[in-house]
Amino acid sequence: MSTFEITRHGRNKERVQSIATALLLGVTCLLILPLASVIGLLIVRGAPALSFEFLFTQPINGMTAGGIMPAIVGTMWLVGTSLLMAAPVGVLAAVYLNEYAKDNWFSRIINLAIVNLAGVPSIVYALFGVGAFVLFMGFGTSILSASLTLAIMTQPVIIASTKQALSAVPMSFREACWNVGATRWQTIRHVVLPNSIAGILTGIILEVSRAAGETAPIMFTGAAFFLPFLPQSVHDQCMALSMHLFTISTQVPNVPPAYPYATAVVLVGLVLMVNTTSILLRIRLRRRRKW
Amino acid sequence: MTSPEIRPRRSGARSETMQHIERWKEFVIGSVIRICGFSAVVFVFGIFFFVFKEGAGLLFGGLDFVQFFTSPEWYPDSPSNIRYGILAIMAGSFAVVVMAMIVAVPLGLGAAIYISEFSSGMIKEFLKVIIELFAAVPSVVWGFIGLVIMNPMIINVFNAPVGLNALNGAILLALMSLPIIVSISEDALKAVPDGYREAAEAMGATRLQISIKVLLPAAKNGLLAAVLLGVGRAIGETMAVLMATGHAVNIPTSPLDSVRTMTATIAAELGETAQGSDHYKVLFVIGTLLFLITFIINLTADLVVKGIRKR
Repeated sequence: MSTFEITRHGRNKERVQSIATALLLGVTCLLILPLASVIGLLIVRGAPALSFEFLFTQPINGMTAGGIMPAIVGTMWLVGTSLLMAAPVGVLAAVYLNEYAKDNWFSRIINLAIVNLAGVPSIVYALFGVGAFVLFMGFGTSILSASLTLAIMTQPVIIASTKQALSAVPMSFREACWNVGATRWQTIRHVVLPNSIAGILTGIILEVSRAAGETAPIMFTGAAFFLPFLPQSVHDQCMALSMHLFTISTQVPNVPPAYPYATAVVLVGLVLMVNTTSILLRIRLRRRRKW
Repeated sequence: MTSPEIRPRRSGARSETMQHIERWKEFVIGSVIRICGFSAVVFVFGIFFFVFKEGAGLLFGGLDFVQFFTSPEWYPDSPSNIRYGILAIMAGSFAVVVMAMIVAVPLGLGAAIYISEFSSGMIKEFLKVIIELFAAVPSVVWGFIGLVIMNPMIINVFNAPVGLNALNGAILLALMSLPIIVSISEDALKAVPDGYREAAEAMGATRLQISIKVLLPAAKNGLLAAVLLGVGRAIGETMAVLMATGHAVNIPTSPLDSVRTMTATIAAELGETAQGSDHYKVLFVIGTLLFLITFIINLTADLVVKGIRKR
């Protein structure tokens, strides 16, 4: 028996290792399986109702027939309006944290607040939206109230990814710029932001997906069960895809079974498409980066 | 952040007036950025203030705290004897979250170990993308799945009278909190220095032994934070539990009992109450309670993580 032959103990060790690897792989597959099967099932069961007509017509007969066009339009209103408010504040907040703030108790409190903002339950955002925007500021149940609620809720998403994008810009870039006499803002405007804009964009895209999927925060602040007309301004209420899915699957009797499935397919499809765009952009960016 | 020699100038312009304007511009923009930076703190206080304010009328005038916390009787609309006891509702939340974590924590840690230590290259990237997409599925869609897929499945498998129950909600919550547990655990494992792995490998340890005996203890704070954030996510989840747990206010005695959670109670009843009524206010009191619970969980998770960084 040569000295380097594997011992029984060693063989056992390897056997345990390969069993464990298989087990862990199984666990990981358990993550993929539900996602894939759920999406597959939604598509199969929703297929009978999915058509161009479904996407581009109004619901009729008490939402038991017709399409989901107003819900899609409403979701676009909500997402667009919330983005207009969330993106500038979120990006500038990240600029503050990455470019201005020193590492002290003050910036720690801000970071803590952002973590908490991300952790507040969505239904508490709904209560906040009702208390602050609908009642206190008197916006009523409107797209404006709902979008403001969504905007605050999605702040952490934008801040986190913008911060990451900004901190990926090497310090030497900034120092070079300061050396030629630029001020802090000039450096940010001409060096830091242009070099991180694509990364910031991925965060903004993620905000879209997050805002489009939320239901609870808009339920009492601006989304309606059913509206016979499309919103004309931010002071109107609107329908929304997520809300519509909730409504037709729990509140409305006699909906053809394929309808909620098809609505879910549209919602999930929209959200995953937006997310995939963000991921692809990020991967391309990582490949292209030279520093 | 900056080295002592190289700092931004206060003004980049040469002439005196230009310098003056530049300095002004710098000040104004800097102030706007500082205000935006501080906004998150304002928002958190704002959320607490407005939710608390709407419920304060009842909180300081007439809410029987003993009954509120110890009675399982939630009869906000009873014509003769209105009772606001949230014990059963809290028990519902608690049961669903605990069951969800029993499923999600081992699965999440296992997947995190696999992704971090056993996979590499394209497979690793692919798995991380899947986790990210998983996290993006809206909660109302999970609720819908609970309603139309899990419901009949639970009835068939367990021979239960109803499929909308604590088990259904717990499975959905497990699926929904998995992505956050996996991604934060994976970060925590990644943060363990490679020297630990190399040292253990030099001693003849296998990957598995390294993972269990070296990495898990070394990353335990980060893993704890991951679990805490998963719990926070599960407690606050609304639409999925609203649609899938069956809407019965009672203290569950088995996983197949229907329950009602704190979040679902608010979502289900806020639309039906008259603004300013006691029933309306008590929902905001529950909201304040939820805010405080998640705030404490997030604060703890943050302190746990900061603990590692200091060391």
